[in-house]
Amino acid sequence: MTNQFQAMAAIRYGFGLSPLDEPPASVQDMLNRLSGPDRAAQRWPIAGFEQRARETFALQDLRRKERKKGKTDISEVKKLYHALSRGLMKDLGASVQRAIGGDDAFRERLVRFWADHFTVVAKGKGLRFVTTAYVEEAIRPHVTGRFSDLLKSADTHPAMLVYLDQILSIGPHSPIGKRSGRGLNENLAREIMELHTLGVGASYTQKDVRQFAELLTGLFYNFRTGSKFRAAAAEPGAETVLGRSYGGGTASIADIHAALDDLARHPDTARHIAWKLAVHFVSDNPDQGLVDHVAATFRDSDGDLMAVYMALLEHPAAWATPGEKARQPFDYVVAALRALAVPPAYIGRLKPVDIRRWLFAPMAVMGQPWQQPNGPDGWPEETDYWITPSGLAARIEWALMAADKLGRRTDPRELARRALAGGADARMLQVVGAAESRREGVALVLASPEFNRR
Amino acid sequence: MTDSISIMDRRKFIIRSAVLGCSAAASPLITPIALAQAPWEQRLVVIILRGGMDGLEVVRPVGDPLFSRYRPTLARGRGSDLDGFFALNENLSDLMPLWRAGELGFAHAVATPYRDKRSHFDGQDLLEAGTRTLKGAGRDGWLNRMLGQVPGVTMKTAFAVGHGDMILLSGDVPTSSWSPEARLDLSPRGRRLLEVLYHDDPLFQEAGRTALEMTGVPEGGGGKRASGNEIMAMMMRGARAVRAGSLARFAAERLNEDTRIAAFSINGWDTHRTQTNGIRRPLGELSDAILTLRKGLGANWSKTVVLAMTEFGRTVRENGSRGTDHGTAGVMLMAGGALRGGKVYGRWPGLGESDLYQNRDLLPTSDVRAYAAYAMRGLFGLERGVLERAVFPGLDMGEDPGIIA
Repeated sequence: MTNQFQAMAAIRYGFGLSPLDEPPASVQDMLNRLSGPDRAAQRWPIAGFEQRARETFALQDLRRKERKKGKTDISEVKKLYHALSRGLMKDLGASVQRAIGGDDAFRERLVRFWADHFTVVAKGKGLRFVTTAYVEEAIRPHVTGRFSDLLKSADTHPAMLVYLDQILSIGPHSPIGKRSGRGLNENLAREIMELHTLGVGASYTQKDVRQFAELLTGLFYNFRTGSKFRAAAAEPGAETVLGRSYGGGTASIADIHAALDDLARHPDTARHIAWKLAVHFVSDNPDQGLVDHVAATFRDSDGDLMAVYMALLEHPAAWATPGEKARQPFDYVVAALRALAVPPAYIGRLKPVDIRRWLFAPMAVMGQPWQQPNGPDGWPEETDYWITPSGLAARIEWALMAADKLGRRTDPRELARRALAGGADARMLQVVGAAESRREGVALVLASPEFNRR
Repeated sequence: MTDSISIMDRRKFIIRSAVLGCSAAASPLITPIALAQAPWEQRLVVIILRGGMDGLEVVRPVGDPLFSRYRPTLARGRGSDLDGFFALNENLSDLMPLWRAGELGFAHAVATPYRDKRSHFDGQDLLEAGTRTLKGAGRDGWLNRMLGQVPGVTMKTAFAVGHGDMILLSGDVPTSSWSPEARLDLSPRGRRLLEVLYHDDPLFQEAGRTALEMTGVPEGGGGKRASGNEIMAMMMRGARAVRAGSLARFAAERLNEDTRIAAFSINGWDTHRTQTNGIRRPLGELSDAILTLRKGLGANWSKTVVLAMTEFGRTVRENGSRGTDHGTAGVMLMAGGALRGGKVYGRWPGLGESDLYQNRDLLPTSDVRAYAAYAMRGLFGLERGVLERAVFPGLDMGEDPGIIA
């Protein structure tokens, strides 16, 4: 029998309850699972960035060649594109498998949280097929480590450097700058301060952004050689960011790391991250005591994320006010598959075209195209952003489809009880039990406010 | 109501979930278009340009010799001469006939009160809130507050997804295979039970009612609701950006009936790199939206004003990658038969280093809210006091620029 703690641990900090696995029994159990090895990543692998980037390059090269030749035969291009597109569906499939089947759902939720915090939008700039791989190698290994390592990993990753135009930013007085007349691009510098660390309310100025942008010059990625730094593009001289001076000697990535470490340690960063965690997991308007507690721990532990998660989970507000958040479409789809006892192997057997039809396309209609939020600020958190007429219509439609395919033999009342534990009251059980078919009853459960909230 | 699509008369909806909300228009499929009925004949269309449109790229001060020095590559574009000093970006040249007819104008060097942090997200919140500071922004929008001043207003929110114009959906992807059912296949009983489930949850109740309306069988045969087929087609194809032209076409249809206010967004103005290429698509969409509105509105165009505004302008100097970074003042585009166009309004601050805001951005010389306020005053006869207090709290409208014909 699932107790109240377990139900909430699964629903608020995981992807909901499934008859196929046992939810964590305590906060310590959650943290133990999280500090153990990342078994899901081994079990359901996702292709690395190098591979996807190489494939993207091959496609771009071929397109360029075809354009040059003025050839009309584009079958080769199509073939490569479709291969990449199939790869993307497989990557999504593996992400869903991990979320459905791992016994460490909190880790999967944290990976999604941090992937969103360090958003790289899978659109344009050759990024369409590489972002799952970016999350896999730049985010995932660091979600249980130190925030400063996560920050350095994400913000110096080639996908981020491309997405926020850092690879185009050249120190105007650097050798390359003087030769080419090119100069700074502030995009990454600003978003690191505004979105990734301090938060927009913090007391940095335009001058800090500018100086930081100068410091970041030199960050670069050469896909062919793998080199991450290009001293010839780095602006000479020291830069002052938030009152501290960096660099001045021979340009090196170490100066950039030092500035990122200081940003990670800044008290505004602690507050910003604590607030985001509380908003994402607990409530659109989180308890201030909870935010303060998490922020204090972030500060005192020097951004030790395990300690931060513990601070979040040990606070009473982390277990109060259920149902204030809406499940985002990815979480919704995964939670439904779990409630319907779909094993990971079932998703593993789906062909790319089925993943597109049953998961990828419906998520987009629900308002969350896979890895394509509108901008570097990621997905909105507000409940009423997600529960809109068209978004809800898409959820109902998908619930009907899922009930049709996967729930024909499921008793709706039983489903409500096991998916929501104490969250399904007598009235709800009565309503879903009154449906004229199991299919409709199952869809009603999945379309209910109780199931869509968490 | 015989009127078809997803009707919501709860006014609050427009505020946050719909167009005037924070970044609600982000998601292509819930790219909503907010509509309102009101007791007058004049029409107002507000287009929010998200991402920070570069005013100096769109309405170029080619008469200022400093311009090309700040922008060695970007200033090369030719464009169409407007008044001997400013030139219009070549991607908007289809709008030149409107300029000559006095149906197109601009306000240059305008900004919201937002300063210094240059964040898109805060900037857009303030633009839509119409307040002086971010405190209290995000709660409601200025269009909404304006309508709150007028008795007899009803709000509707319609969604591109629910609309019959599904041309944007036609493509080469087959539509029949993943589910044999072609519509949201709930029995009447299932629908009723769903309503019961949603009854005690206001958010779900409201969204659910519209969702069921959108996908339902027309009751009594009235109206042309979007069919389950169309919803299904959306599902099959996944999200695809809704083009501004189709939003404009839909808006024009509504505005020809009883709708008087429409608002939607055009994204894609954040041109940090290779701006000349990057701005082509959003400008094309903007041009398309205006021409579509003009064509679709027919005779009603003469009673219409379109305001297209953005959260901030961009740096005067081009950056290191042939783009521009976040700045301050920019340009507002105005169109419509009710406009006194053919003019670039505003006080030009100049481009000398000491003229720039923080030696970096175009200096704001007027508040973009003042133009919106004068547009509403001219169109709807709202009192100045109401506009300065309730609609745009703390705004000093200043001298009347006379933008309404």
